[in-house]
Amino acid sequence: MQKLIRNVLAAALVAGAAPAALANEGGPELMKPGFSFDGVFGRYDPAALKRGFQVFHEICSNCHSLSLVAYRNLAAIGLTEDEIKAVAAEREIQAGPNDEGQMFNRPGRPSDHYIPPFPNEKAAAVANGGAAPPDLSLMAKARHGGPNYIYSLMLGFEDTPPDGVHIPDGKFYNKFFPGNAISMPPPIQDDAVTYADGTKATKAQIAHDVATFLNWAAEPELDARKSLGLKVLGFLAVLTALFYALKRQIWKNVH
Amino acid sequence: MSAYKTNNKMVGWIEERLPIFSMLQHSAVEYPTPKNLNYWWNFGSLAGFMLVVMILTGVFLAMNYTPHTTMAFNSVERIMRDVNYGWLLRYLHMNGASMFFVLVYTHMFRGLYYGSYKAPRELLWWVGVVIFLAMMATAFMGYVLPWGQMSFWGATVITNLFSAFPVVGQYIVTWLWGGFSVDNPTLNRFFSLHYLLPFVIFALVFIHLWALHTVKSNNPLGIDVKSPQDTIPFHPYFTIKDLFGIGVFMMVYLAFVFYAPNFFGEPDNYIPANPMVTPPHIVPEWYFLPFYAILRAVPNKLGGVLMMFGAIVVLLFLPWLDTSKVRSGRFRPIFKQAFLLFIIDCVVLGYVGSQPPADTITLIGRIATAYYFFHFLILLPLLGKIEKPKPLPASISAPVLRGGGMAAGATAKPMEKA
Ligand code: HEC
Ligand code: HEM
Repeated sequence: MQKLIRNVLAAALVAGAAPAALANEGGPELMKPGFSFDGVFGRYDPAALKRGFQVFHEICSNCHSLSLVAYRNLAAIGLTEDEIKAVAAEREIQAGPNDEGQMFNRPGRPSDHYIPPFPNEKAAAVANGGAAPPDLSLMAKARHGGPNYIYSLMLGFEDTPPDGVHIPDGKFYNKFFPGNAISMPPPIQDDAVTYADGTKATKAQIAHDVATFLNWAAEPELDARKSLGLKVLGFLAVLTALFYALKRQIWKNVH
Repeated sequence: MSAYKTNNKMVGWIEERLPIFSMLQHSAVEYPTPKNLNYWWNFGSLAGFMLVVMILTGVFLAMNYTPHTTMAFNSVERIMRDVNYGWLLRYLHMNGASMFFVLVYTHMFRGLYYGSYKAPRELLWWVGVVIFLAMMATAFMGYVLPWGQMSFWGATVITNLFSAFPVVGQYIVTWLWGGFSVDNPTLNRFFSLHYLLPFVIFALVFIHLWALHTVKSNNPLGIDVKSPQDTIPFHPYFTIKDLFGIGVFMMVYLAFVFYAPNFFGEPDNYIPANPMVTPPHIVPEWYFLPFYAILRAVPNKLGGVLMMFGAIVVLLFLPWLDTSKVRSGRFRPIFKQAFLLFIIDCVVLGYVGSQPPADTITLIGRIATAYYFFHFLILLPLLGKIEKPKPLPASISAPVLRGGGMAAGATAKPMEKA
């Protein structure tokens, strides 16, 4: 039986490795810069979140929506109430009808979800060479590799595609995008933003920060989840050890 | 049944009108259990525990979920973001489904190895198979509810299978869909059924346990209980053993929930369903992969569907396909090897099911499918005839009384740690 168990475990390991093998679908291996929120003890780095938000707000939000994040949620990454009000008020949103039966525009409020740059998907597509920029709220969960993919995609643009790769007009070569021809122009360069906290805005730094922010947008619960997990698993370890001791005690006279 | 006695007036009053206390006493306290059960016997109670967890988390999820194509995806995200501990509820439910299958597959392989399907446990086994089918239906429909890309396309591919049936096929599919494609009516009925089926499973588990308590548990030696010495009362021996099992299991389960909640998931399901965009490859959840591989191994669609269902139906015939008089694999040298090969075959099928179809993959899938049926339809009937089993111990307590001096002494310790 012991041998059997060992073999079954080996088989299970092989099966467990299958999804990992699946994750990499032929393309070049993603860059893995390492994130503060990796691993059991990993948590979001508040400074990186704030910088990442700045990148998203100043650059990405010109094309991409972030429909699942409300302005009020930004409090979780350290924006003050006034900053949130100011950010929300930058764009207008249609509201109404008012008492005269008219629709009207009003500035965004903290309770609004991030106001999209385009009124609808068709408008977004037309302004971007036919491909609508996808919503980024869940991007960090919706691609194999998550934040590593976003980071790699940001740094995967090359001015001249390798020999033999044809990139149609209005598209750009990106070695990490499936099919390599992406409709998004390279969105970041060195110093594309000026960080309020004085961090040097290299391309890699910007990519890293925005990947961090987008991971937060997709998993805002991560910090709470991992902290609660430690407590729960610690408690369970003690409880299970007690059960085990009790089991030994109760069974000791059974032969 | 030993007469139930109590000094408590209230308990006595209830007992006279509804013998619930004597029933509990009989089936959860005194229930005579073979004393040599190993840890593989923990998986039934673990599955029962998991069923309760699924129903509890599911009911609370349903309070916040909206079964409408335009709102389902966002309502799930609202649970994740705005409902207090909604992320915990959802991740418990999502990973719970995977864990449920891990447990039930282990439980079933336990039965396969120790011959728990043989007389007098045929009906018990059958109810188990029906539970398994109901679980698959429940999990399939549950996966549709978040209305992501895999939800939609998985539902489309699987429901379309029924179109393989001649003449009535297309009518069945339209009837399942409630329209001419997977759409809002489909989502609505799947939600309704996904809520209903777990309670059906709950009832089936009761029947399962009723049958179990009638024929009593099998055991690692596969021999019948001969004397009261062979058994110990369920409580406290197995209550504490099961609790310990639950503790260990919870640590594994919650490690996924808290630290790798999307490990079993597909990233594509975080993209809202879009009938105009087909994902590059549509893969079912891991627990369906072996069956998916069998489905695709057959070049003919109807043939594939029949083989896939056949792979489960064949389990119903197991009590007669396995001709060996000996229950436990422990005393069957050749069967032991065949059992191992069968597990490997299932893993291979799972891997094949996860891969996009390609020549070698399809070939491996066909060989593995053939082997799956070969195992049940040819190997098992044959083995019973040609295999010479090792001598069985005289009784469950015998090996111990003889100080483990028998041939299989090393493996026949009553307190085997799995
Ligand atoms: C000029 C408009 C524009 C800007 C600015 C822009 N994007 Fe994009 N983005 C697009 C378009 C268009 C697509 C769709 C590409 C396609 O499908 O070919 C896209 C797609 C993406 C994707 C999805 C790729 C995939 O796998 O489908 C990600 C991730 C992304 N953008 C991230 C960003 C980030 C982060 C920023 C800010 C640093 C940003 N984008 C800025 C236009 C833009
Ligand atoms: C919801 C799913 C299920 C639950 C909750 C469940 C529960 C249980 C429990 C509590 C036991 C007694 C403890 C044990 O022997 O492990 C048991 C025994 C058994 N179950 Fe299940 N079961 C489930 C599914 C299945 C399935 C799918 C099968 C097989 C196809 C199956 C076959 C058996 C058999 C044969 C036994 C008797 C085992 C023995 O005593 O050797 N069960 N089940």
